[in-house]
Amino acid sequence: MLTAPHLNYALLAPILIILGGALLGVLVEAFIGKAYRSRLQVSISLLAVVAAFVQLIRVRTQTSNTAAVNSVAMDGAGIYIQLIILALSFVGLLLIADTDNFTAQASAIPGSTEEASAIAAGRQQTEVFPLTLFAIAGMLLFPVATDFITLFVALEVLSLPLYLMAGLSRRRRLLSQEAALKYFLLGAFSSAFFLFGAAFLYGYSGSLSLSGIADGIHSSGANSVFLLIGLIFVSVGLLFKVGAVPFHSWTPDVYQGAPTPITGFMAACTKAAAFGAMLRIFYVGFNDAQWSWKIIFSTIAVITMVFGAIAAIVQRDVKRTLAFSSITHAGFIMISVIALSHDGLTAALFYFIAYGFATLGAFAIITLVRDSSGEITDLNRWSGLGKRSPLVAGAFSLFLLSFGGIPLTAGFIGKFTVFTSSYSAGNINLVVFGVLTSAVALFFYLKIILTLFFGDVKSDTLTVVIPSILTRIAIAICVAVTIVLGVYPSLILNSAQTFATFTR
Amino acid sequence: MKNILTVLQLLPLFGVLALAFTPRENAKLIKQTAIAASLLTLVESLIAVWKFDTSQSGFQLTESYNWILAFHIKYAVGVDAISLTLIVLTTVLVPIVFLAGWHESEGGKWGTKTFYVLMLILETMMIGVFAATDVFLFYVIFEAMLIPVYFLIGGYGRGERAAAALKFLLYSLFGGLLMLAAVIGIYIISVNQTGGTFDVTELSKLNIDQPTQNWLFLGFFIAFAIKAPLWPFHTWLPGAAKSATAGTSTLLLGILDKVGTYGMIRFCLALFPGATKTFAPWIIALAVVSILYGAILAIGQKDINSLIAFTSISHFGFITLGIFALTSQGISGATFYMINHGISTAALFLTAGWIVKRRGSSQIEDLGGLQRVVPVLAWCFFIAGLSALALPGLSSFVSEFLVLIGAFAKYPVAAVLATTGIVLAALYVLLVVQRTLHGEVKSGNEGMLDLNLREKIAIAPVIAILVVFGFFPKPILHPLNVATVSVMNQIGVTDPDIKAGK
Repeated sequence: MLTAPHLNYALLAPILIILGGALLGVLVEAFIGKAYRSRLQVSISLLAVVAAFVQLIRVRTQTSNTAAVNSVAMDGAGIYIQLIILALSFVGLLLIADTDNFTAQASAIPGSTEEASAIAAGRQQTEVFPLTLFAIAGMLLFPVATDFITLFVALEVLSLPLYLMAGLSRRRRLLSQEAALKYFLLGAFSSAFFLFGAAFLYGYSGSLSLSGIADGIHSSGANSVFLLIGLIFVSVGLLFKVGAVPFHSWTPDVYQGAPTPITGFMAACTKAAAFGAMLRIFYVGFNDAQWSWKIIFSTIAVITMVFGAIAAIVQRDVKRTLAFSSITHAGFIMISVIALSHDGLTAALFYFIAYGFATLGAFAIITLVRDSSGEITDLNRWSGLGKRSPLVAGAFSLFLLSFGGIPLTAGFIGKFTVFTSSYSAGNINLVVFGVLTSAVALFFYLKIILTLFFGDVKSDTLTVVIPSILTRIAIAICVAVTIVLGVYPSLILNSAQTFATFTR
Repeated sequence: MKNILTVLQLLPLFGVLALAFTPRENAKLIKQTAIAASLLTLVESLIAVWKFDTSQSGFQLTESYNWILAFHIKYAVGVDAISLTLIVLTTVLVPIVFLAGWHESEGGKWGTKTFYVLMLILETMMIGVFAATDVFLFYVIFEAMLIPVYFLIGGYGRGERAAAALKFLLYSLFGGLLMLAAVIGIYIISVNQTGGTFDVTELSKLNIDQPTQNWLFLGFFIAFAIKAPLWPFHTWLPGAAKSATAGTSTLLLGILDKVGTYGMIRFCLALFPGATKTFAPWIIALAVVSILYGAILAIGQKDINSLIAFTSISHFGFITLGIFALTSQGISGATFYMINHGISTAALFLTAGWIVKRRGSSQIEDLGGLQRVVPVLAWCFFIAGLSALALPGLSSFVSEFLVLIGAFAKYPVAAVLATTGIVLAALYVLLVVQRTLHGEVKSGNEGMLDLNLREKIAIAPVIAILVVFGFFPKPILHPLNVATVSVMNQIGVTDPDIKAGK
């Protein structure tokens, strides 16, 4: 007789709630009139995220932490990463809810009469909300999945909606569509690499689960071509998602082309999800094979940090600058992956929060600075913004200072925890590189602040739009998190320390 | 009263809070509020002096609260004689700067209010950085205090102010990041040896092997050498001093840069005694180069503010020389030198600032014959100059003399070379005095107004301090000697016998 597999629905509930919200959103698209659709979608998405968050809080201390026949492990670190992703998604949704950023009709050719009539009719692609929810569901699953099939499914669920959403920009649509295509093609490649690597790992250990592979390494040693090939290909897939050099080339184009709220959401949440999965794979699966990947990873981390920082200096587009800055930050987080310790995991968890909120906040500010043709992303035209609207420029500077790791911002504590964990793991050279890169990175953050506050007001057409109430809430949350965690990081650090464990 | 040091840090912030409720248009009220806050802070710091027991070494008035438990980080403050005198220097100079630079806040990129908010925040941080006994807390303030200075130079300065502000900030942050690596390093060592602490007294008891000590020492030292600034890390200073307002320059060179030399004593010497002895001869060499380089370049300066900046490089060379001579006269002389340099730089920058403001030019060649037009201002500038060349009878003489005999005991050659710095100092001061104060009244200077009552009130205490401590330095020197002895004990060095004197 067949017995039904034990799924442990309570633990899966957060993901299921998000998926349910997404499906409901699809139904809303089909059956609800245009007038109410947008407002309803916003409410459903926000409610789903809040409900999932509450459910996660409820199950956080549950002792049995595997679900779906051991292919999902809701251990401390897994739950914590999910909480972070949900919190970031909430803020991201607040930004996405601002209606002016998405195309009126995605299927219309840019510049066609069809598009013009859609704009005139005040239409709006509200599908972006269910798409976001689908992406969130994938992101929630990715860092808790314990076998490569589930990992792959999660990776695709989180990626596909993002490819689409990157192409939905309201203005400069060709650029946006190009970004989407580029993201999709390279993303598909990297997924293939990931799957290919998983197959080799199966060939090596006879198991697709992380613990099975760890057992394989333990019993038969790490010196196997199959293991190395598998490890490298899986890493390529992951490094692509986090935007590490040399798999970063999509990042600036996609960040620039995608609608700004989506860029913010993608930058903050995808990074947390992908690094969450990477942490699990390397802490649980490949821990015993350290010697075979540590040097490669250290090299990649250094190249990523240095390249991102140097390339960012010459950018004149604010979104591209932030894209390269995000590459640098990927390098910093990699340092904590390489530390392979409890401290390293704690550091990564804290970094997700510090970096994620500052990123969302920065992109939220970008949506506010406009002229008649849409957002202004040329940094030269931001010159003198501090004079025109000191609050907006001040908030943006705060986020940049946090990126730069100036004390009394969350970013500084993030860097401090990462460097400390790396130092105590003995990777002192990585700390030195990290510190030197920080100095280079500070140069371009400070140059932007310089332009904002000390530059002359150049463009007369630039306006800073009055933010909608949702955007205002989002920016306020980001500012608050950045300052509060900078001054009193114990609020998060203590819980991050208790949660930072992976079950094997 | 408990928590005296915390209250001391909070008082300027209360001033900021009060400013927040002051109407933007009422510039006079804003200035009065700021001065009131700074005077209250001064009073509180004098209470701290009164409570301080000068006969004891070690930290007093200590407070300690957990801040970030995960890393054993505490909000821990306390003062010994060295840090307390620097704190009092801060609280004395800030109201003087406010009073002297009454119109400095006008004509900036932002309003009067922002200027005083930044200044008061800076005061809080300057007090905090000297009071911190937790290395992490020190580091946080050390870095964070750059931001208000950045905006003060960039927003209210002159000329190439934005570039100067950026250069200042980048240099300082770069040094700070090296220090961060060293801070993390020593913390990890403490984790391995005692379970983890950032307390400076606890950290000084650690047992660190020599190669590690050397690296960590360099991490701290380079940050402090940039801050101080020591040749060859000085290149940010002239630009910053030239572009900043007189008040900002006063605080920048008078106090902020002292964080560098203070940090050398508090952290480099106390935490890494072994490395200190290894590097001392090299640092002495750098110090001597600084003394001569600063003095020689000062002679050739055309701009009065960059002249003062270069004299400061020379004087920081003296301070560093005294510290790394590792003798009791050297260190106590260096700590006293820090105070004197703060006061005499303030006198120079403020009087020069008045001259520049009245004349509308900071070029030395535009000035001339001021003695006849504005006698009081000219006399003040003259006395400030004499203090810079360490004339006997002014307090800077006492400290310079102590530094030189302290250095001579161990490094006679360095001390002799440094002495030529005094000759050069006479040259650059007397030259600038001759060019600006004496001779024909140059055209454009005829209508200058002499000091008004407000400016006289501002400069009087500065000159009084210079004279009083010149004749009677004991009230400051004695407690500094006590602190010096404990520093010497920590490093484990003693004064050499001076054979020539026997």
